[in-house]
Amino acid sequence: MFGMNTDVQAMIPMFVAVPLGMSLLIQLVARHRQVLAETLNIAAMMALVVMSWSTIGGEGIYHLGGWPTPVGIDMRMDALTTLLLLVVSIVGFAVSVYAVDYMRRFTSTSHFYSLFMLMVTGMNGVILAGDLFNLYVFLEVAAIASYSLVAFGCAHEELEASFKYIVLGSLSSALILTGVALVYGITGTLNLGHIAERIAESGMDEPLLLAFGLFIVGFGFKSALVPFHAWLPDAHPSAPAPVSAMLSGVLIKAIGIYVLARLAFNVFGISESALEMLRWLGVLSMVVGGLLAVGQKDIKRLFAFSSISQVGFMVLGLGLGSPLGMVGALYHLVNHSMFKSLLFLNAGAVEYTTGTRDLNQLGGLNGRMPVTGATSLIGSMSIAGLPPFNGFWSKLIIVLACIEGGYYMLATVAVLVSIITLAYQLKVQRMAFFAALPEALKNLRREPPMMSLAMILLAVGCVALSLLMFSGLRDPWLIGTAQQVLSAGAFGG
Amino acid sequence: MSAPPRRLRDRGTGMSMTVKTVMRWLKGPILLFGIYMVLYGHITPGGGFGGGVVIASAFVLITLAAGQKEGLRIFPLGMASRLDSAGLLLFLVIGWLGTWWAGGYFFENYIPTAETARFSLFSGGIIPLGNLVLGLKVASALFLVFTVLTAFHITDELLGETEVQQRQEDKS
Repeated sequence: MFGMNTDVQAMIPMFVAVPLGMSLLIQLVARHRQVLAETLNIAAMMALVVMSWSTIGGEGIYHLGGWPTPVGIDMRMDALTTLLLLVVSIVGFAVSVYAVDYMRRFTSTSHFYSLFMLMVTGMNGVILAGDLFNLYVFLEVAAIASYSLVAFGCAHEELEASFKYIVLGSLSSALILTGVALVYGITGTLNLGHIAERIAESGMDEPLLLAFGLFIVGFGFKSALVPFHAWLPDAHPSAPAPVSAMLSGVLIKAIGIYVLARLAFNVFGISESALEMLRWLGVLSMVVGGLLAVGQKDIKRLFAFSSISQVGFMVLGLGLGSPLGMVGALYHLVNHSMFKSLLFLNAGAVEYTTGTRDLNQLGGLNGRMPVTGATSLIGSMSIAGLPPFNGFWSKLIIVLACIEGGYYMLATVAVLVSIITLAYQLKVQRMAFFAALPEALKNLRREPPMMSLAMILLAVGCVALSLLMFSGLRDPWLIGTAQQVLSAGAFGG
Repeated sequence: MSAPPRRLRDRGTGMSMTVKTVMRWLKGPILLFGIYMVLYGHITPGGGFGGGVVIASAFVLITLAAGQKEGLRIFPLGMASRLDSAGLLLFLVIGWLGTWWAGGYFFENYIPTAETARFSLFSGGIIPLGNLVLGLKVASALFLVFTVLTAFHITDELLGETEVQQRQEDKS
């Protein structure tokens, strides 16, 4: 009936129900049993990995409660959804494994795991939402969970960062909600497919343009594009390392870039002026984020600025509006979620063993923490775009797409920002991992086993993702998905 | 003059005797009205959320009038938190039974809704069940939110040096 078999279809609501149920179960049965909470968290993430793997190739609309489309709540799955679900669950799984060792230093870790599961619930909900209002609700679930997670350390710095994040996050949510109200008032429906049909029939008028602008600003905040990026360099470094990895690796994409791409290409229908705006936002983020990252001394803050810069690459790829640009953007999105979460986990391991994030006080860690050193080298080389690693291919595709579209200046800027990326990553490598070991750090212990395991997992992911360049994997995963996003008619209700 | 019954004992906290007396008169009807709203949510205006808010407001009223100690004696934090989680978990289970037990959709109304039972208390399939567990969840969650927001106050450890100085200057 919906072009997919019932097993896959029955699984769609479970992507929201499983993490939500697990977050409640942890509070009920594992509040004071740390090991049980850890086990339940890892089990849920593993279930999500298996579930998202088994939905590959499935697409269709799920009617919650069996109610038909305008009455009930729709959940929608297609190739882009599956790609995002896989990214969320794989990174989330590695992060949950990592958290077992890392979170031992905190009190009431069961709250951490509950909030973590709630954040995953929100992200999966946003990815699968079939209508604007449910998208907004799940967005808030993910955002509010992340506000609490940023403040989890409860020290001065964390609370200040979280407060800044809450203020700017609420502002952007308010803009998004205004946009939702405008769209509902004009088109008379909240269903994404129906909105797309109405807009295709009647065209964009001024109020709809205003709503689209509100969405670009609102989701620009959520994905930390440059004029709207002020919260990210505070929020992402202050959170515990597993949370930083989730925020930078997945959250800004699942509730930012993904929704931006979905709304711009599938719902509102992209226009040349909108593409130009996306290109400007992308280039601005790339350059400003990259330049600000170079000067940072705090290792996690440097990675946070680097996230802004890399998000710029993705938005630039989207803004090119060509199939090649879309392939590059999606590929870079998947790659960035791997290497940025890896780098944040590395930074967490460094902070865990040395007690500092200040690059000036670090050095020579390669000898003491071989796993962190090796995996961070892979992560750095991937993000800087060196040939055998995944980051090279996605950046290459974005640069080629710029040239293909005739934007030679943008291609030059992209290459230059790549070099800046290499510069600040080499700075991290040199100051933290290669130089002489300071006297204060002579008695370092190695990183704990579960943390090493998670970092190795993500490093393998970084290398393995370059396999997506081979046509057997590239055609279904990247090109098929990009074509689906770009074909406007694919989203009819 | 005989000693007041235990329920009416004045513990020396909270507001004046007048407020407490009014609270004693009102808490029962408010609670009852909340429960009515939850139970009849599927046939009259109201439902799990609205009714839950009214139930929570009864406990908020007790806390406001008689003090936090009394409020938390009647509705302890641990119980509120557990009921909060359990309510939503039960709601999910009710929805999940639709796919697993009834073999249909998530949150499908799998309990028969007979024509003859229309507008009676036992009608509406899973809707009253959902209202019931959501009422449980909303009541305890709102009471928790209220308690947590009133339980903590800013201490000097949470503030920076300048703010601590500012606070000391304000006090003196």
